Amino acid sequence: MKAEKSILPGAGSLIGKKSGAAAERAAQIVFTACASFAILAVASITLYLVLSGTPAIFQVGLKEILFSTVWAPTAAQPRYGILYVILTSVVGTGLAILLGVPVGILTAVFLAEVADERVAAVVKPAVELLAGIPSVIYGLLGIYLLNPAMYRLERWLFRDSATHQFTGGANLLSAVIVLAIMILPTVINISETAIRAVPPSIKAASLALGGSRIQTIFKSILPAAKSGIVTAVVLGVGRAIGEAMAITLVSGSSVNAPLPFRSVRFLTTAIVSEMGYSSGTHRQMLFTIGLVLFVFIMVINLILTRVLKKGGQTP
Amino acid sequence: MEKSKLLVKDLNLYYGANRALKDVEMEIRDKAVTALIGPSGCGKSTFLKCINRMNDLVENVRIRGQVLLDGENIYDRRVDTTLLRKKVGMVFQQPNPFPMSIYDNVAYGPRLHGVKAKQELDSIVEEALKGAAIFEEVKDRLKKPALGLSGGQQQRLCIARALAVRPEVLLMDEPTSALDPISTSKVEELMEALKKSYTVVVVTHNMQQAARVSDDTAFFLLGAVVEFGPTAALFSRPRDKRTEDYITGRFG
Amino acid sequence: MTGDTLYHKKKRPLEALLLGAVYGAASVSVLLLCGVIGYVFAKGAGTLSWSFLTTVTSALKQTVGIAGNLVNTLYIIVLTLLAATPIGVGAAIYLNEYAKPGRLVRLIEFTTETLSGIPSVLFGLFGMVFFGEVLGLGYSLLSGAFTLTLMVLPLIVRNAQEALRTVPDSYRSGALGMGASRWHMIRTILLPSAIPGILTGIILAVGRIVGESAALLFTAGSARLLPRLGGGLLENVKKLGGKALESGGTLTIELYLQMQNGKYDVAFGAGCVLIVIVLCINLWMKLLAGRWKTR
Repeated sequence: MKAEKSILPGAGSLIGKKSGAAAERAAQIVFTACASFAILAVASITLYLVLSGTPAIFQVGLKEILFSTVWAPTAAQPRYGILYVILTSVVGTGLAILLGVPVGILTAVFLAEVADERVAAVVKPAVELLAGIPSVIYGLLGIYLLNPAMYRLERWLFRDSATHQFTGGANLLSAVIVLAIMILPTVINISETAIRAVPPSIKAASLALGGSRIQTIFKSILPAAKSGIVTAVVLGVGRAIGEAMAITLVSGSSVNAPLPFRSVRFLTTAIVSEMGYSSGTHRQMLFTIGLVLFVFIMVINLILTRVLKKGGQTP
Repeated sequence: MEKSKLLVKDLNLYYGANRALKDVEMEIRDKAVTALIGPSGCGKSTFLKCINRMNDLVENVRIRGQVLLDGENIYDRRVDTTLLRKKVGMVFQQPNPFPMSIYDNVAYGPRLHGVKAKQELDSIVEEALKGAAIFEEVKDRLKKPALGLSGGQQQRLCIARALAVRPEVLLMDEPTSALDPISTSKVEELMEALKKSYTVVVVTHNMQQAARVSDDTAFFLLGAVVEFGPTAALFSRPRDKRTEDYITGRFG
Repeated sequence: MTGDTLYHKKKRPLEALLLGAVYGAASVSVLLLCGVIGYVFAKGAGTLSWSFLTTVTSALKQTVGIAGNLVNTLYIIVLTLLAATPIGVGAAIYLNEYAKPGRLVRLIEFTTETLSGIPSVLFGLFGMVFFGEVLGLGYSLLSGAFTLTLMVLPLIVRNAQEALRTVPDSYRSGALGMGASRWHMIRTILLPSAIPGILTGIILAVGRIVGESAALLFTAGSARLLPRLGGGLLENVKKLGGKALESGGTLTIELYLQMQNGKYDVAFGAGCVLIVIVLCINLWMKLLAGRWKTR
């Protein structure tokens, strides 16, 4: 109705235009505000994580926090060294990547290059489904299935050891296995996309030079998909280092050096399992651990944007 | 010149139910350039890909008949296709260098076939680049990405890459159709030079090019060879009316 | 050189090994998936029953059930989407239709990217401090929903952007050429054509919300009560609204707490329900994608 009215001659086109322009401006402002929301969110998150994470640093001292290995927040003489916690996150993530990435990339190769289209059409949705399964379920299976199995292995391995502290199977190795499984879908999906994006002419060139199928895949297609695969690995690192609920119970409940059959705490699991009963400096320290995790994630993000930019530059 | 390198006998190719090549017979001479011409969709590229079995990759393709390379049927069950493709190299319509350095592109083939020693690779790369008349242009930037080269240079690099595995036959699928005139003439000169050491089979949509560079020419139409013979004769005295129509530009 | 024959299949033991590894890896991935889903079903199916879905766990009444958690999950989904969808779609419209490439756009894209990379524990910490303490929402469904809004925002923005990008430019110029204002064009042409993409983002967000736990543990809490209804309509509406300000644990939180206490049968029962929900979401996505493709 409105539109029809403005077509009528002499319907005050100037006035119509002006109110339209106001709506137009309002719309633009609203949309800009919506878009700026992400900036606001990241800024606030950064601000509050820094604000809540720094008090403990001043109280305890950065050196003690980062370089002491003793974490005894509830002792009479509390100690707040998180070196082992940091190392656990680094080593645990590294091992999970070492375990998960080869399996993931090879599965991606299978989906994109080896499998029959019909087989791929079944396997691919299955992998996508794997990505959607909540992390608590991985945790549940970890604690119910993996830990007892690990405990059996542990008892057998250390049957003659007098000093080994038995973990009941809740140890670094269990957590690493859960993490490796959890990063699989990310690695598979992104690597597969990258492999499929390699132009067929690259494959043809390699085959025409007398390359076998396997040589062609591993010497020309994968190198050509390199930047996508690196992206997959970096995202996998991000996912592994940030995962909490799946490994909180699986990894055990005390802070130790990251050795396979030791009960360990990751940056994430320390926060989750102690937040409930912490107070005072202990609670502030948990925020400091959060801040350390945040720094790790930001570094990973920066690496990711670098990789993506570089990948975008080469045609 | 007179010895035959490839002998094609009664070759038929089907895409599903569609018969794309019909009873093709051809004798391709050693150390000569054979041109395949015809309107698009006539089967000349499909035929070319039969000679190094690149059609194996296409789904639903069935091939009947024989292609004899030095007397051995390349469609025999016992044939190792990687060995075949090492002997029968190929250059594609669009330059398709790997996203690697110039050196690694040329060294790719030899490495596949087990050459590891640095010195040997160096000399193979240099020889291949010289063979493709591009060595002078790239010798100072062998470690630079191949994708930084111009289209014409990329195509000659692809020729060098094919030469580096020391093939006996070189198949070229419209190698100049994506290139500018200057690059085209360089590649044409190259073909002249290449036939001293290689048997060259080139698909072209450009009849002047076929006339300029080839010794023999085959004219394809609807999947069949209409006429095949020495280029000079085919262009000056075509025996078939359809050949004459095509080379005089009446269709295609 | 012509001496060597073609009639000789080269043996490549190393390559056979690699191919074996490829098949092996793929089987491991598939078996893991089937194992995860199959096992949870096998263990949890016994627990599933009508009363498990419709009652609340209570020592007094001797019932075990997840009804309260299902209601809480629904609350969080609805509240989160109410906040995240308009903001996300608005942001996508800005990025696609208004923004000129420059600093602001780069910053928006970078921060959106960053948001999707922040681990949920950190969202939890932030939500606990900001929504819980600074804004005084405490442990409440609303606080949880606000926290998750930040988390799912990138999903919605990206999918909406993708959808807007597929709307042909001719639609835009057509509408604008007829004298429509830009806002009018967005409302009448762009948004309707982008709905499938926006819906995709929303469904993905639902999946994320349903599976989320760490960010909610610190913000929404873990209560498992059903809203107490009774009285007139207005009163009930008030009570339902008021529930948003109360603490409430979603299905995943309940699962976590139950397994922490070693009550594995309840945990697997909840896991079963979660996987069914995830399967439904996946199926819905597939159907939507299929419909979109055929259009």
